[in-house]
Amino acid sequence: MANIVVDAKGLNCPMPIVKTAQAIKALASGQTVEVLATDAGSVKDFAAWSKTTGNELVEQTKDGGVFRFVLRKK
Amino acid sequence: MTLAEAPVVVATEPAPAPAAAEPPTQQGIAIICYSGELEKTWAAMILASTSASLGLPTKVFVTFWGLQTFVKSGKRITGQNWMQKMLAMMSRPGIKHRKMSKMNFLGMGPWMMFKLAKQYGVSSPAELLEVAQMMGVEFVPCQMTMDMFGLTRDDLIEGMGEPVGAATYLSYVAEGAAPIFI
Repeated sequence: MANIVVDAKGLNCPMPIVKTAQAIKALASGQTVEVLATDAGSVKDFAAWSKTTGNELVEQTKDGGVFRFVLRKK
Repeated sequence: MTLAEAPVVVATEPAPAPAAAEPPTQQGIAIICYSGELEKTWAAMILASTSASLGLPTKVFVTFWGLQTFVKSGKRITGQNWMQKMLAMMSRPGIKHRKMSKMNFLGMGPWMMFKLAKQYGVSSPAELLEVAQMMGVEFVPCQMTMDMFGLTRDDLIEGMGEPVGAATYLSYVAEGAAPIFI
């Protein structure tokens, strides 16, 4: 169970990333955020964001048109 | 004395070891927001907010037509002399009054763009600017543009940095920030 959930469904680039970056600020190192997004570009974007920021992408699933990402704060 | 006659300098002490290359001190992104057109303003705001989201120190140097975007929304006429005032009259300042470079059609183009943006969940330039400022992006106005257009700091939106010149922007780049010109 993630510590915080970001519902970015219906939001387009770059808002899923921006909202996640804002949300993760409130977390402590090791805590996780779950992101729900419908933006198809977010699959590549979250991989890139994870690589650049060092926050680990621990889980990635797709349910219908909704992408779900779980990221752990560095 | 010709060059050939110049005395040969003999080093009496070993030359100091060359200093190790200094790591860049100013990593991150340095955007120049030059255009005042709607699409380019949009692109600049997307990149600024995303760059901050990636944790990169982000500065936006706002110059020429780009500075019109950063005039407070309530301001209609800016400038000190008639030419400056006329320029402001011909192109209404403020982030909510950007025109498209093509297909503006007296505002029909932007109206459709905003309608489509809403439909597809795309945040407006004004919303992205707010987010970028909240996330610590530094917007720095160009002093020369302010002088030329007769803009005062009071004309510009809250939270902008001290006005600077081209040298300050280039120093960001020289110190390692990646430049982006929009």
